[in-house]
Amino acid sequence: MKPPRFRYLAPSTLEEALALRAEHADDCAVLAGGQSLMPLLNLRMALPGTLIDLGGLVELTGIREFDGGVAIGAMTRQRTAERSALVRERLPLVATALPNVGHPAIRNRGTIGGSLAHADPAAELPAVALALDAQLIARSSDGERTIAAGDFFAGFLTTTLEPDELLVEVRVPGLPEGHRASFLELARRHGDFALVGVAAVVALDPSGAIADARLAFIGVGGTAVRAHAAEALLRGSMPDGALFSEAAERAKGELDPGSDTHATAAYRRRVAGVLAERALREATS
Amino acid sequence: MSIEVTLTVNGVERSATVEPRRTLADFLREELGLTGTHLGCEHGVCGSCTVLIDGASARSCLMLAVQAAGAEVTTIEGLSDGEEMGVLQAACRDSHAFQCGYCTPGFLMTATELLSESPHPTEAEVREAISGNLCRCTGYESIVGAILLAAERGV
Repeated sequence: MKPPRFRYLAPSTLEEALALRAEHADDCAVLAGGQSLMPLLNLRMALPGTLIDLGGLVELTGIREFDGGVAIGAMTRQRTAERSALVRERLPLVATALPNVGHPAIRNRGTIGGSLAHADPAAELPAVALALDAQLIARSSDGERTIAAGDFFAGFLTTTLEPDELLVEVRVPGLPEGHRASFLELARRHGDFALVGVAAVVALDPSGAIADARLAFIGVGGTAVRAHAAEALLRGSMPDGALFSEAAERAKGELDPGSDTHATAAYRRRVAGVLAERALREATS
Repeated sequence: MSIEVTLTVNGVERSATVEPRRTLADFLREELGLTGTHLGCEHGVCGSCTVLIDGASARSCLMLAVQAAGAEVTTIEGLSDGEEMGVLQAACRDSHAFQCGYCTPGFLMTATELLSESPHPTEAEVREAISGNLCRCTGYESIVGAILLAAERGV
């Protein structure tokens, strides 16, 4: 239970980090907060030749406003984001989802960008990024590109980041004033990876009808999943219990969960529907 | 490749030269001889190895010693004043909050962070705060009681 030998590199600037990332692209792991990577190293499920530690890159930390939205530096600790007044006010989904991530000791170290780049299908933040239509900013020595959250998660622990790229920032575009959010998950114990979870965002128009609705699920496949058909049903309708039940049914049809030792596919699908209905109710009550 | 790591542990500057793969937990135990920090699962699940890094709780098995360079680390050894037990430690003794005691250092470091941020937590807040620490002996009741007792006495 000890990490394997690796070459340890601790760049102090992003430019330096990107050069090292390119140089060691074929055999390196990137250390952000380490709360997912360190277990993999200790268990020797990850055997990188080189470890690039981003801990010294202060330029990748911080939470700021931009163009009506909120941008979070990739190396911002989850606990910092959870306690940020700006996040609480503008990104209620992030604030409500984060306490579900591990435990305080994990969130004190774990970073926003690290969790997204790790892309665990049962982790909370990928679903949050999907539900908020976040833009993920990737940098390499050649420049910067913006990846929509919907194009970022490619499969189990896999993203569309290139081997020479680093995730540097998460930008959440402005959401309707007064939108509401809910994040619910079912886990055997608090802090465990969720069997199933849902992120919901609902905005009502002045008449009380649903102007915008987003639903994203975790624990139901290789990546977090948006339920677009259920969202389409919700948009433009008046919120009520019957609508939410129908939307939950539709969402269940969009999910293709697998079975494992923790839960069967049928159970996951059923729980996904129950949680979706509850989350929609919570976000509109 | 070895790297010299200098950090402050329980108020004392310490340094040692280690391989970068050395975890902070092993660094504390092996290089510095501070064996109060216990290792249970070594992959971040059990919470036994919890220490404070600049006042914030962290799993020392999920950190490399090199990542803690320059940090202020507090371990269980830092909770007592010489032979005198700290408030949390005394509350644990008085509440019979341990049996085998293996998980105790992790619980106390977690509780130290909780009480520094929220000196008068509710029972629910205590349970939530220690949810990342596993104890296989006590059933948690006496641990929750000890933390509430320490809060009452004032840490």
